[in-house]
Amino acid sequence: MASVAHAERTRPRRRPLSRRLGAPGPFTYIFLIIVAIVSAFPLYWSLVVASHDNSAVSAYPPVLTPGHELFHNLGRLFNSGEVNVDFWRALINSTIVASTVTVAVVFFSALAGFAFAKLRFRGRKLLFVAVIATMLVPVQLGVIPLYIEMIHLGWANHLQAVIAPNLATAFGVFLMRQYIVGSVPDELIDAARVDGCYTFGVFWHVILPAVRPVAAVLGLLTFMTTWNDFFWPLVVLGPRNPTVQVAVSTLSSGYVEDYALVLTGTFVSILPLLVVFLVLGRHIISGIMRGAVKG
Amino acid sequence: MSEHTAVEPSVVRPRRRLRSRLQRVDSTASPYLYISPFFVLFGIFGLFPLGYTAWVALTDRTLLNPDTHFVGLLNFTNLIHDSYFWNAVENTLGIWLIATVPQLLIALWLAHLLNTKLRARTFFRMAVLLPQVTSLVAVALIFTQLFSRQYGLVNYGLGAFGVSHIDWESGRLSSWIALSVMVTWRWAGYNALIYLAAMQGIPEELYEAAAIDGAKSWKQFRHVTVPMLRPTIIFTVIVSTIGGLQLFTEPYLFEPLKQGATGGSARQYQTVVMYLYEKAFAGTQFDFGYAAAIGWALFLLIGVIAFVNLLIVRRIRSVEH
Repeated sequence: MASVAHAERTRPRRRPLSRRLGAPGPFTYIFLIIVAIVSAFPLYWSLVVASHDNSAVSAYPPVLTPGHELFHNLGRLFNSGEVNVDFWRALINSTIVASTVTVAVVFFSALAGFAFAKLRFRGRKLLFVAVIATMLVPVQLGVIPLYIEMIHLGWANHLQAVIAPNLATAFGVFLMRQYIVGSVPDELIDAARVDGCYTFGVFWHVILPAVRPVAAVLGLLTFMTTWNDFFWPLVVLGPRNPTVQVAVSTLSSGYVEDYALVLTGTFVSILPLLVVFLVLGRHIISGIMRGAVKG
Repeated sequence: MSEHTAVEPSVVRPRRRLRSRLQRVDSTASPYLYISPFFVLFGIFGLFPLGYTAWVALTDRTLLNPDTHFVGLLNFTNLIHDSYFWNAVENTLGIWLIATVPQLLIALWLAHLLNTKLRARTFFRMAVLLPQVTSLVAVALIFTQLFSRQYGLVNYGLGAFGVSHIDWESGRLSSWIALSVMVTWRWAGYNALIYLAAMQGIPEELYEAAAIDGAKSWKQFRHVTVPMLRPTIIFTVIVSTIGGLQLFTEPYLFEPLKQGATGGSARQYQTVVMYLYEKAFAGTQFDFGYAAAIGWALFLLIGVIAFVNLLIVRRIRSVEH
């Protein structure tokens, strides 16, 4: 409900701008359709390869349509006796990691965004600038000491090593703060205070319900990023307790290129996000474009 | 904020006083409490490791030998004379260049096409963003198959034009091209949406004025759209520099067998982050001190290239104005 209201509020601002825009000619459509095909083809191709056995991969001319071996390949993929990695475990791990990180990022971002948007305190401006500044710090370069840190904590090869460093993001705090400034009226907060709410009560009863639309966008983007993360999980988890991305990359490190198996794993790793994207893609697009305008 | 400090009727005073004190504590402490998770987490997992890198880079620390010795700038002087390192720098810059320039041009052009009264607008936007949803690992593995020498679809397609099979992985330039195709495929649409968002913020009057001056579509694009997008273009150039110079996943998975992170048998596409990974985690040395020094060198490289880009992009503006 709230998301509909928000969409209606933002739309009229954009519409008048497109008045000048001419109707596109046929070439625009032709180009865009080609682009759409190029965008989708590699994903389609992973399904094609995943649904054949390896002899079809080397067929000449190449087979361009899906075959009947998908379930056979899936069976091989999830049979940990046959492949060098426990794919079930990888899927479960990735689900745990991405869900935990998503919930935490949304919650902590809303909390901090609320403080920066609506509460008065000493150093508010400076601290917010500090949050923005952290976005410019290439933390990935600290991977060596972070790894040493994880060994000291005894977290190497455990999921908390990939969860903990990602629990709060500057981007999330920024996005939430901007949204709360623009869309939660002060009167609502004052009313809650008059009703006897402490600050956390205001957050729980007023802010959290109000930020639902942007929380959905932030949640989707965070889930995607976390699900797809590779470098750090590869370093700190390794192939025995992998995330999906690490597992898929491990599949491809055998001595023989088993493309059917590798691309079956790849296809399975893309599928959840693909489904989410097809259902909720509009919101992801609006999130990216909103972040772009503000940034 | 604390309206309850006013004089209260004596009957309710004790309860009120407690409540008012609680409220005061609540309103001073809450803000700091609410922003603290971000800062605490960033401190532990962002800032501290970064500072600690500076120390590790000055030691001979390895994974297997925790009692470390201070070696001064030895890691850095070794790095300067390390031809593998310079090879990695060259590869990184080369791949970054041929991946970023076409990518941003395509993105600009795509945004221009999308910024029209399209039918099925959402469909095309989603189509453009689809590659971004695909993980780096998936992109790398799918394209590695597409670019494979014997049975890859790319060679098959080129064969139709009489081009004989190319061994994409083994050549230097050819491997760079294959990797840049992967990067471009994944990021062009994302950047297009960012440009599109900025294009929609350009005031209409500018186009009207240009139209009165007789500027046709292409000239409007060059003299109105592109200059107005300058801040956004700078933003995307900086972001692609920071991301592109840390390229790892695609080249790491492009390699057959994947364990060495050497970037091909002749290191023809080993990037700086791959070299860092090789030194710290993939080889037999687990040379953390040296890898930390590579990290700092990369940090410096990113800073320099980002700065040079900033100068170039700003200069183009003054030419076009």
